[in-house]
Amino acid sequence: MNYFHEGFVWFNDPLNWTNPGGLLDRLWEHLEISLWAVLLGCVVGWPLGIWLGHRGRGGGAIVTIANLTLALPTLALLTILPLTPLGFGKPPVVVALAVFAVPPLLSNAYTGLRQIDPETRDAAKGMGLSGRQVLTRVELPLSVPYLAAGLRTAAVQVVATAALAALVNGGGLGQIISAGFGIGMSNGGGGQIVAGGIAVALLALFVEAVLALVQRAVTPRALRAQRRRRPTAAAPAG
Amino acid sequence: MSFLSRASASAWPLAAPADDGPGNPWFSWRYVHDNADEIVSRLQFHAGLTAQAVLIALIVALPLAVVAYWWRPLTGPILALSGVLYTIPSLALLSLLAPAVGTTSDTSVLIALVLYALLVLVRNTLAGLTQVPGEVQDAAAGMGYGRFGRLLRIELPLALPGILTGLRLATVSTVALVTVGSLIGKGGLGDMILGGFRNNFFKAEIMTGAILCVALALVLDLVLAGIGRLLTPWTRERRS
Repeated sequence: MNYFHEGFVWFNDPLNWTNPGGLLDRLWEHLEISLWAVLLGCVVGWPLGIWLGHRGRGGGAIVTIANLTLALPTLALLTILPLTPLGFGKPPVVVALAVFAVPPLLSNAYTGLRQIDPETRDAAKGMGLSGRQVLTRVELPLSVPYLAAGLRTAAVQVVATAALAALVNGGGLGQIISAGFGIGMSNGGGGQIVAGGIAVALLALFVEAVLALVQRAVTPRALRAQRRRRPTAAAPAG
Repeated sequence: MSFLSRASASAWPLAAPADDGPGNPWFSWRYVHDNADEIVSRLQFHAGLTAQAVLIALIVALPLAVVAYWWRPLTGPILALSGVLYTIPSLALLSLLAPAVGTTSDTSVLIALVLYALLVLVRNTLAGLTQVPGEVQDAAAGMGYGRFGRLLRIELPLALPGILTGLRLATVSTVALVTVGSLIGKGGLGDMILGGFRNNFFKAEIMTGAILCVALALVLDLVLAGIGRLLTPWTRERRS
Protein backbone atom coordinates (compact mmCIF):
# COMPACT_ATOMS: atom_id res chain seq x y z
CA MET A 1 0.00 0.00 0.00
CA ASN A 2 3.07 2.17 -0.37
CA TYR A 3 1.69 3.75 -3.52
CA PHE A 4 -1.50 4.81 -1.79
CA HIS A 5 0.60 6.68 0.71
CA GLU A 6 2.43 8.41 -2.15
CA GLY A 7 -0.92 9.22 -3.71
CA PHE A 8 -2.05 11.01 -0.56
CA VAL A 9 1.25 12.87 -0.40
CA TRP A 10 0.55 14.03 -3.96
CA PHE A 11 -2.92 15.24 -2.95
CA ASN A 12 -1.39 17.17 -0.05
CA ASP A 13 0.67 19.41 -2.29
CA PRO A 14 -1.47 22.48 -3.03
CA LEU A 15 0.50 23.16 -6.22
CA ASN A 16 -0.75 19.89 -7.65
CA TRP A 17 -4.25 21.34 -7.38
CA THR A 18 -3.68 24.88 -8.63
CA ASN A 19 -0.92 24.48 -11.20
CA PRO A 20 -1.82 25.00 -14.86
CA GLY A 21 -2.91 21.51 -15.89
CA GLY A 22 -3.34 20.67 -12.22
CA LEU A 23 -6.22 18.87 -10.58
CA LEU A 24 -8.69 21.78 -10.66
CA ASP A 25 -7.96 22.62 -14.30
CA ARG A 26 -8.38 19.01 -15.32
CA LEU A 27 -11.50 18.57 -13.24
CA TRP A 28 -13.12 21.55 -14.94
CA GLU A 29 -12.05 20.25 -18.35
CA HIS A 30 -13.45 16.81 -17.49
CA LEU A 31 -16.82 18.21 -16.44
CA GLU A 32 -16.99 20.46 -19.49
CA ILE A 33 -16.37 17.59 -21.91
CA SER A 34 -18.81 15.35 -20.05
CA LEU A 35 -21.54 17.99 -19.98
CA TRP A 36 -21.40 18.58 -23.72
CA ALA A 37 -21.31 14.85 -24.42
CA VAL A 38 -24.37 14.17 -22.25
CA LEU A 39 -26.22 17.12 -23.81
CA LEU A 40 -25.43 15.88 -27.30
CA GLY A 41 -26.52 12.38 -26.29
CA CYS A 42 -29.80 13.74 -24.90
CA VAL A 43 -30.50 15.78 -28.03
CA VAL A 44 -30.12 12.64 -30.15
CA GLY A 45 -31.33 9.90 -27.81
CA TRP A 46 -34.40 11.33 -26.12
CA PRO A 47 -36.46 12.58 -29.10
CA LEU A 48 -35.72 9.38 -30.99
CA GLY A 49 -36.53 7.12 -28.05
CA ILE A 50 -39.68 9.05 -27.18
CA TRP A 51 -40.87 9.04 -30.77
CA LEU A 52 -40.20 5.32 -31.22
CA GLY A 53 -41.81 4.57 -27.86
CA HIS A 54 -44.84 6.68 -28.74
CA ARG A 55 -45.26 4.84 -32.03
CA GLY A 56 -44.41 1.51 -30.39
CA ARG A 57 -41.93 0.51 -33.04
CA GLY A 58 -38.20 -0.07 -33.37
CA GLY A 59 -37.60 -1.96 -30.12
CA GLY A 60 -35.45 -4.53 -31.88
CA ALA A 61 -33.34 -1.88 -33.57
CA ILE A 62 -32.69 -0.18 -30.21
CA VAL A 63 -31.46 -3.44 -28.68
CA THR A 64 -29.20 -4.00 -31.69
CA ILE A 65 -27.73 -0.50 -31.42
CA ALA A 66 -27.12 -0.95 -27.70
CA ASN A 67 -25.37 -4.29 -28.25
CA LEU A 68 -23.26 -2.92 -31.08
CA THR A 69 -21.98 0.02 -29.03
CA LEU A 70 -21.13 -2.48 -26.28
CA ALA A 71 -18.77 -4.21 -28.71
CA LEU A 72 -17.23 -0.95 -29.88
CA PRO A 73 -14.11 0.00 -27.92
CA THR A 74 -14.15 3.60 -26.70
CA LEU A 75 -10.49 3.83 -27.54
CA ALA A 76 -11.23 3.11 -31.21
CA LEU A 77 -13.65 6.02 -31.51
CA LEU A 78 -11.36 8.31 -29.54
CA THR A 79 -8.50 7.63 -31.93
CA ILE A 80 -10.48 7.52 -35.18
CA LEU A 81 -12.62 10.65 -34.75
CA PRO A 82 -9.73 13.16 -34.47
CA LEU A 83 -8.51 11.94 -37.87
CA THR A 84 -11.85 12.74 -39.50
CA PRO A 85 -12.91 16.29 -40.49
CA LEU A 86 -13.87 16.86 -36.83
CA GLY A 87 -10.22 17.68 -36.22
CA PHE A 88 -8.29 17.54 -32.97
CA GLY A 89 -9.26 19.02 -29.64
CA LYS A 90 -12.50 18.64 -27.71
CA PRO A 91 -15.13 18.07 -30.48
CA PRO A 92 -14.04 14.50 -31.37
CA VAL A 93 -13.86 13.56 -27.69
CA VAL A 94 -17.34 14.97 -27.08
CA VAL A 95 -18.76 13.12 -30.09
CA ALA A 96 -17.04 9.85 -29.13
CA LEU A 97 -18.44 10.02 -25.60
CA ALA A 98 -21.89 11.02 -26.86
CA VAL A 99 -22.00 7.87 -28.99
CA PHE A 100 -21.82 5.85 -25.77
CA ALA A 101 -24.33 8.07 -23.99
CA VAL A 102 -27.03 7.56 -26.63
CA PRO A 103 -27.93 3.85 -26.04
CA PRO A 104 -28.91 4.18 -22.35
CA LEU A 105 -30.84 7.39 -23.03
CA LEU A 106 -32.53 5.89 -26.08
CA SER A 107 -33.47 2.55 -24.58
CA ASN A 108 -34.68 4.01 -21.29
CA ALA A 109 -36.83 6.59 -23.09
CA TYR A 110 -38.28 3.80 -25.22
CA THR A 111 -38.89 1.50 -22.23
CA GLY A 112 -40.34 4.41 -20.28
CA LEU A 113 -43.02 4.99 -22.88
CA ARG A 114 -43.69 1.32 -23.57
CA GLN A 115 -44.12 0.32 -19.91
CA ILE A 116 -47.15 2.58 -19.54
CA ASP A 117 -50.32 0.57 -18.98
CA PRO A 118 -52.19 0.42 -22.32
CA GLU A 119 -55.42 1.04 -20.39
CA THR A 120 -54.06 4.41 -19.27
CA ARG A 121 -53.37 5.32 -22.85
CA ASP A 122 -56.82 4.12 -23.93
CA ALA A 123 -58.44 6.15 -21.17
CA ALA A 124 -56.56 9.26 -22.31
CA LYS A 125 -57.73 8.66 -25.87
CA GLY A 126 -61.25 8.05 -24.65
CA MET A 127 -61.19 11.43 -22.93
CA GLY A 128 -60.60 12.94 -26.36
CA LEU A 129 -56.90 13.74 -26.17
CA SER A 130 -55.09 13.89 -29.47
CA GLY A 131 -51.91 11.91 -30.12
CA ARG A 132 -49.74 14.87 -29.19
CA GLN A 133 -51.73 15.55 -26.05
CA VAL A 134 -51.49 11.91 -25.00
CA LEU A 135 -47.73 12.20 -25.41
CA THR A 136 -47.22 15.45 -23.50
CA ARG A 137 -49.86 15.06 -20.79
CA VAL A 138 -49.87 11.34 -20.10
CA GLU A 139 -46.95 9.45 -21.55
CA LEU A 140 -44.09 11.86 -20.82
CA PRO A 141 -45.00 12.53 -17.18
CA LEU A 142 -45.37 8.79 -16.55
CA SER A 143 -42.00 8.00 -18.11
CA VAL A 144 -40.04 10.65 -16.18
CA PRO A 145 -38.50 8.04 -13.80
CA TYR A 146 -37.16 6.12 -16.78
CA LEU A 147 -35.83 9.25 -18.48
CA ALA A 148 -34.06 10.18 -15.25
CA ALA A 149 -32.63 6.67 -14.87
CA GLY A 150 -31.32 6.82 -18.43
CA LEU A 151 -29.75 10.21 -17.78
CA ARG A 152 -28.05 8.87 -14.67
CA THR A 153 -26.67 5.80 -16.43
CA ALA A 154 -25.49 7.84 -19.41
CA ALA A 155 -23.93 10.62 -17.34
CA VAL A 156 -22.03 8.24 -15.07
CA GLN A 157 -20.79 6.34 -18.07
CA VAL A 158 -19.68 9.52 -19.85
CA VAL A 159 -17.85 10.83 -16.78
CA ALA A 160 -16.14 7.47 -16.39
CA THR A 161 -15.22 7.13 -20.05
CA ALA A 162 -14.03 10.73 -20.35
CA ALA A 163 -10.95 9.64 -18.40
CA LEU A 164 -9.90 7.60 -21.42
CA ALA A 165 -9.61 10.77 -23.50
CA ALA A 166 -6.24 11.27 -21.86
CA LEU A 167 -4.84 8.34 -23.85
CA VAL A 168 -5.19 10.51 -26.97
CA ASN A 169 -4.29 13.72 -25.14
CA GLY A 170 -7.90 14.89 -25.13
CA GLY A 171 -7.84 16.47 -21.68
CA GLY A 172 -9.75 15.64 -18.52
CA LEU A 173 -8.73 14.05 -15.25
CA GLY A 174 -7.23 11.03 -17.00
CA GLN A 175 -4.48 13.36 -18.09
CA ILE A 176 -3.12 13.29 -14.53
CA ILE A 177 -2.81 9.51 -14.73
CA SER A 178 -1.11 9.52 -18.12
CA ALA A 179 1.24 12.28 -16.93
CA GLY A 180 2.09 10.05 -13.97
CA PHE A 181 2.99 7.24 -16.34
CA GLY A 182 5.02 9.79 -18.29
CA ILE A 183 7.06 10.57 -15.17
CA GLY A 184 7.64 6.87 -14.71
CA MET A 185 7.24 4.57 -11.74
CA SER A 186 10.89 4.78 -10.75
CA ASN A 187 10.79 8.59 -10.59
CA GLY A 188 7.85 8.81 -8.22
CA GLY A 189 5.10 8.81 -10.83
CA GLY A 190 3.32 6.04 -8.94
CA GLY A 191 1.89 8.48 -6.43
CA GLN A 192 0.47 10.67 -9.18
CA ILE A 193 -1.00 7.66 -11.00
CA VAL A 194 -2.76 6.51 -7.85
CA ALA A 195 -3.90 10.06 -7.04
CA GLY A 196 -5.33 10.46 -10.55
CA GLY A 197 -7.08 7.11 -10.25
CA ILE A 198 -8.61 8.09 -6.92
CA ALA A 199 -9.75 11.45 -8.32
CA VAL A 200 -11.42 9.85 -11.35
CA ALA A 201 -13.09 7.16 -9.24
CA LEU A 202 -14.35 9.68 -6.68
CA LEU A 203 -15.76 11.92 -9.41
CA ALA A 204 -17.66 8.99 -10.96
CA LEU A 205 -19.08 7.92 -7.59
CA PHE A 206 -19.99 11.53 -6.79
CA VAL A 207 -21.85 12.02 -10.08
CA GLU A 208 -23.64 8.71 -9.53
CA ALA A 209 -24.72 9.77 -6.04
CA VAL A 210 -25.88 13.24 -7.12
CA LEU A 211 -27.86 11.91 -10.06
CA ALA A 212 -29.40 9.18 -7.90
CA LEU A 213 -30.75 12.00 -5.69
CA VAL A 214 -31.95 13.90 -8.78
CA GLN A 215 -33.66 10.76 -10.03
CA ARG A 216 -35.38 10.37 -6.68
CA ALA A 217 -36.39 14.01 -6.61
CA VAL A 218 -38.02 14.02 -10.04
CA THR A 219 -39.84 10.74 -9.51
CA PRO A 220 -43.38 11.41 -8.28
CA ARG A 221 -43.98 9.85 -4.88
CA ALA A 222 -46.68 7.55 -6.20
CA LEU A 223 -44.27 5.99 -8.68
CA ARG A 224 -41.38 5.54 -6.26
CA ALA A 225 -42.37 2.29 -4.61
CA GLN A 226 -42.76 0.33 -7.84
CA ARG A 227 -39.54 1.51 -9.40
CA ARG A 228 -37.05 0.05 -6.99
CA ARG A 229 -35.02 -1.63 -9.66
CA ARG A 230 -33.10 0.37 -12.20
CA PRO A 231 -34.83 -0.15 -15.54
CA THR A 232 -31.84 -1.17 -17.64
CA ALA A 233 -28.42 -2.27 -16.56
CA ALA A 234 -25.49 0.03 -17.17
CA ALA A 235 -22.85 -0.78 -19.72
CA PRO A 236 -19.37 -1.10 -18.27
CA ALA A 237 -17.60 2.15 -17.75
CA GLY A 238 -15.06 2.61 -20.41
CA MET B 1 -13.33 17.59 -46.53
CA SER B 2 -10.34 19.84 -47.05
CA PHE B 3 -12.45 22.88 -46.29
CA LEU B 4 -13.77 21.35 -43.09
CA SER B 5 -10.43 20.23 -41.82
CA ARG B 6 -8.91 23.62 -42.45
CA ALA B 7 -11.74 25.28 -40.54
CA SER B 8 -11.36 23.00 -37.55
CA ALA B 9 -7.61 23.41 -37.57
CA SER B 10 -7.98 27.14 -37.16
CA ALA B 11 -10.55 26.74 -34.39
CA TRP B 12 -8.40 24.22 -32.53
CA PRO B 13 -4.79 25.31 -32.57
CA LEU B 14 -3.60 21.78 -31.82
CA ALA B 15 -3.31 21.49 -35.61
CA ALA B 16 -4.58 18.95 -38.08
CA PRO B 17 -3.24 15.40 -38.37
CA ALA B 18 -0.51 14.53 -40.76
CA ASP B 19 -1.71 15.03 -44.30
CA ASP B 20 -4.70 12.96 -45.40
CA GLY B 21 -2.92 12.15 -48.63
CA PRO B 22 -2.86 8.83 -50.39
CA GLY B 23 0.04 7.76 -48.19
CA ASN B 24 -2.21 7.24 -45.18
CA PRO B 25 -5.30 5.26 -46.22
CA TRP B 26 -7.95 4.13 -43.72
CA PHE B 27 -7.32 0.53 -44.59
CA SER B 28 -4.49 -1.22 -46.32
CA TRP B 29 -4.20 -4.91 -47.18
CA ARG B 30 -0.52 -4.34 -47.58
CA TYR B 31 -0.23 -3.32 -43.95
CA VAL B 32 -2.22 -6.39 -42.88
CA HIS B 33 -0.08 -8.63 -45.03
CA ASP B 34 3.24 -7.19 -43.90
CA ASN B 35 2.32 -7.28 -40.22
CA ALA B 36 0.34 -10.50 -40.15
CA ASP B 37 2.49 -12.01 -37.39
CA GLU B 38 2.10 -9.07 -35.07
CA ILE B 39 -1.63 -8.78 -35.74
CA VAL B 40 -2.21 -12.48 -35.06
CA SER B 41 -0.23 -12.41 -31.82
CA ARG B 42 -2.13 -9.36 -30.61
CA LEU B 43 -5.42 -11.01 -31.52
CA GLN B 44 -4.40 -14.15 -29.63
CA PHE B 45 -3.40 -12.10 -26.60
CA HIS B 46 -6.69 -10.23 -26.74
CA ALA B 47 -8.80 -13.36 -27.06
CA GLY B 48 -6.78 -15.16 -24.39
CA LEU B 49 -7.12 -12.35 -21.88
CA THR B 50 -10.86 -12.12 -22.57
CA ALA B 51 -11.31 -15.87 -22.11
CA GLN B 52 -9.33 -15.91 -18.85
CA ALA B 53 -11.20 -12.93 -17.45
CA VAL B 54 -14.66 -14.26 -18.32
CA LEU B 55 -13.88 -17.76 -17.03
CA ILE B 56 -12.51 -16.50 -13.71
CA ALA B 57 -15.44 -14.12 -13.37
CA LEU B 58 -17.86 -16.99 -14.05
CA ILE B 59 -16.19 -19.22 -11.47
CA VAL B 60 -16.46 -16.44 -8.86
CA ALA B 61 -19.90 -15.19 -9.92
CA LEU B 62 -21.82 -18.48 -9.81
CA PRO B 63 -21.16 -19.20 -6.09
CA LEU B 64 -21.78 -15.54 -5.25
CA ALA B 65 -25.13 -15.60 -7.04
CA VAL B 66 -26.08 -18.89 -5.31
CA VAL B 67 -25.14 -17.42 -1.93
CA ALA B 68 -27.23 -14.33 -2.68
CA TYR B 69 -30.09 -16.61 -3.79
CA TRP B 70 -30.05 -18.84 -0.69
CA TRP B 71 -29.62 -16.03 1.83
CA ARG B 72 -31.81 -13.21 0.56
CA PRO B 73 -30.49 -10.61 3.05
CA LEU B 74 -27.12 -10.89 1.30
CA THR B 75 -28.59 -10.04 -2.12
CA GLY B 76 -28.57 -6.29 -1.49
CA PRO B 77 -24.99 -6.00 -0.23
CA ILE B 78 -23.56 -8.27 -2.96
CA LEU B 79 -25.30 -6.32 -5.74
CA ALA B 80 -24.45 -2.98 -4.15
CA LEU B 81 -20.76 -3.83 -3.80
CA SER B 82 -20.42 -5.02 -7.37
CA GLY B 83 -22.43 -1.97 -8.47
CA VAL B 84 -19.94 0.37 -6.79
CA LEU B 85 -17.04 -1.51 -8.41
CA TYR B 86 -18.83 -1.14 -11.72
CA THR B 87 -19.14 2.63 -11.34
CA ILE B 88 -15.38 3.05 -10.88
CA PRO B 89 -13.96 3.94 -14.30
CA SER B 90 -11.75 1.33 -15.91
CA LEU B 91 -8.85 3.73 -16.26
CA ALA B 92 -9.03 4.62 -12.55
CA LEU B 93 -9.24 0.97 -11.49
CA LEU B 94 -6.30 0.12 -13.70
CA SER B 95 -4.21 3.01 -12.40
CA LEU B 96 -4.96 1.95 -8.83
CA LEU B 97 -4.10 -1.70 -9.54
CA ALA B 98 -1.13 -1.28 -11.86
CA PRO B 99 1.33 0.36 -9.44
CA ALA B 100 0.55 -2.26 -6.79
CA VAL B 101 0.54 -5.34 -9.05
CA GLY B 102 3.25 -4.22 -11.44
CA THR B 103 3.04 -2.08 -14.55
CA THR B 104 4.70 -4.60 -16.80
CA SER B 105 2.45 -7.62 -16.20
CA ASP B 106 -1.03 -8.16 -17.56
CA THR B 107 -2.30 -9.28 -14.14
CA SER B 108 -3.66 -5.85 -13.28
CA VAL B 109 -5.65 -5.74 -16.55
CA LEU B 110 -6.95 -9.23 -15.82
CA ILE B 111 -8.07 -8.27 -12.29
CA ALA B 112 -9.88 -5.18 -13.60
CA LEU B 113 -11.62 -7.20 -16.33
CA VAL B 114 -12.74 -9.88 -13.86
CA LEU B 115 -14.19 -7.24 -11.52
CA TYR B 116 -16.21 -5.66 -14.34
CA ALA B 117 -17.48 -8.96 -15.72
CA LEU B 118 -18.48 -10.01 -12.20
CA LEU B 119 -21.45 -7.65 -11.81
CA VAL B 120 -23.03 -8.60 -15.14
CA LEU B 121 -22.68 -12.31 -14.39
CA VAL B 122 -23.89 -12.12 -10.78
CA ARG B 123 -26.86 -9.98 -11.70
CA ASN B 124 -27.96 -12.16 -14.61
CA THR B 125 -27.40 -15.44 -12.76
CA LEU B 126 -29.40 -14.14 -9.84
CA ALA B 127 -32.16 -13.00 -12.17
CA GLY B 128 -32.19 -16.45 -13.77
CA LEU B 129 -32.34 -18.21 -10.40
CA THR B 130 -35.09 -16.03 -8.95
CA GLN B 131 -37.38 -16.62 -11.91
CA VAL B 132 -37.49 -20.37 -11.32
CA PRO B 133 -41.22 -20.92 -10.67
CA GLY B 134 -42.30 -21.75 -7.13
CA GLU B 135 -44.27 -24.82 -8.28
CA VAL B 136 -41.13 -26.28 -9.82
CA GLN B 137 -39.25 -25.83 -6.54
CA ASP B 138 -42.11 -27.40 -4.61
CA ALA B 139 -42.24 -30.32 -7.01
CA ALA B 140 -38.48 -30.82 -6.68
CA ALA B 141 -38.72 -30.70 -2.90
CA GLY B 142 -41.60 -33.18 -3.04
CA MET B 143 -39.51 -35.55 -5.14
CA GLY B 144 -36.97 -35.58 -2.34
CA TYR B 145 -34.29 -33.30 -3.73
CA GLY B 146 -32.08 -31.67 -1.12
CA ARG B 147 -30.77 -28.17 -1.35
CA PHE B 148 -27.72 -29.03 -3.46
CA GLY B 149 -29.48 -31.59 -5.62
CA ARG B 150 -32.23 -29.12 -6.36
CA LEU B 151 -29.68 -26.44 -7.21
CA LEU B 152 -27.64 -28.63 -9.55
CA ARG B 153 -30.43 -30.58 -11.20
CA ILE B 154 -33.31 -28.12 -11.28
CA GLU B 155 -32.50 -24.51 -10.53
CA LEU B 156 -29.19 -23.98 -12.33
CA PRO B 157 -30.39 -25.66 -15.55
CA LEU B 158 -33.53 -23.53 -15.48
CA ALA B 159 -31.42 -20.42 -14.84
CA LEU B 160 -29.20 -21.29 -17.79
CA PRO B 161 -30.80 -18.81 -20.24
CA GLY B 162 -30.15 -15.98 -17.77
CA ILE B 163 -26.58 -17.13 -17.14
CA LEU B 164 -25.91 -17.34 -20.87
CA THR B 165 -27.28 -13.85 -21.46
CA GLY B 166 -24.95 -12.58 -18.77
CA LEU B 167 -22.06 -14.52 -20.25
CA ARG B 168 -22.65 -12.97 -23.69
CA LEU B 169 -22.91 -9.44 -22.30
CA ALA B 170 -19.82 -9.94 -20.16
CA THR B 171 -17.80 -11.37 -23.06
CA VAL B 172 -18.70 -8.61 -25.50
CA SER B 173 -17.97 -5.84 -23.04
CA THR B 174 -14.76 -7.51 -21.88
CA VAL B 175 -13.46 -7.64 -25.46
CA ALA B 176 -14.00 -3.88 -25.71
CA LEU B 177 -12.55 -3.24 -22.25
CA VAL B 178 -9.28 -5.09 -22.90
CA THR B 179 -8.27 -2.14 -25.10
CA VAL B 180 -8.03 0.06 -21.99
CA GLY B 181 -5.08 -2.10 -20.97
CA SER B 182 -3.05 -0.24 -23.58
CA LEU B 183 -2.49 2.31 -20.81
CA ILE B 184 0.26 -0.03 -19.65
CA GLY B 185 0.93 -1.59 -23.04
CA LYS B 186 -1.14 -4.71 -22.31
CA GLY B 187 -4.19 -3.94 -24.41
CA GLY B 188 -3.92 -6.54 -27.16
CA LEU B 189 -5.62 -4.98 -30.18
CA GLY B 190 -5.90 -1.77 -28.16
CA ASP B 191 -2.13 -1.47 -28.38
CA MET B 192 -2.50 -1.42 -32.15
CA ILE B 193 -5.18 1.28 -31.97
CA LEU B 194 -3.18 3.48 -29.62
CA GLY B 195 0.12 2.59 -31.27
CA GLY B 196 -1.19 3.66 -34.66
CA PHE B 197 -2.41 6.92 -33.16
CA ARG B 198 0.94 7.64 -31.58
CA ASN B 199 2.85 6.50 -34.65
CA ASN B 200 2.02 9.62 -36.65
CA PHE B 201 -1.70 8.78 -36.92
CA PHE B 202 -1.18 5.61 -38.94
CA LYS B 203 -4.82 5.07 -39.92
CA ALA B 204 -4.41 1.56 -41.33
CA GLU B 205 -3.10 0.24 -38.01
CA ILE B 206 -5.83 2.01 -35.98
CA MET B 207 -8.57 0.73 -38.28
CA THR B 208 -7.26 -2.85 -38.40
CA GLY B 209 -7.16 -2.97 -34.61
CA ALA B 210 -10.64 -1.49 -34.25
CA ILE B 211 -12.23 -3.74 -36.89
CA LEU B 212 -10.65 -6.88 -35.44
CA CYS B 213 -11.78 -5.88 -31.97
CA VAL B 214 -15.42 -5.47 -33.01
CA ALA B 215 -15.22 -8.63 -35.12
CA LEU B 216 -13.81 -10.64 -32.20
CA ALA B 217 -16.66 -9.44 -29.99
CA LEU B 218 -19.29 -10.36 -32.57
CA VAL B 219 -17.76 -13.77 -33.31
CA LEU B 220 -17.54 -14.67 -29.60
CA ASP B 221 -21.13 -13.46 -29.15
CA LEU B 222 -22.33 -15.68 -32.01
CA VAL B 223 -20.37 -18.68 -30.69
CA LEU B 224 -21.87 -18.24 -27.21
CA ALA B 225 -25.34 -17.80 -28.71
CA GLY B 226 -24.84 -21.07 -30.62
CA ILE B 227 -23.67 -22.88 -27.48
CA GLY B 228 -26.68 -21.45 -25.66
CA ARG B 229 -29.05 -22.86 -28.28
CA LEU B 230 -27.44 -26.27 -27.95
CA LEU B 231 -27.57 -26.22 -24.15
CA THR B 232 -31.13 -24.99 -23.80
CA PRO B 233 -33.19 -26.76 -26.47
CA TRP B 234 -36.42 -26.26 -24.49
CA THR B 235 -36.39 -22.48 -25.01
CA ARG B 236 -36.37 -23.04 -28.76
CA GLU B 237 -39.32 -25.42 -28.71
CA ARG B 238 -41.36 -23.04 -26.61
CA ARG B 239 -40.82 -20.22 -29.03
CA SER B 240 -41.82 -22.10 -32.19
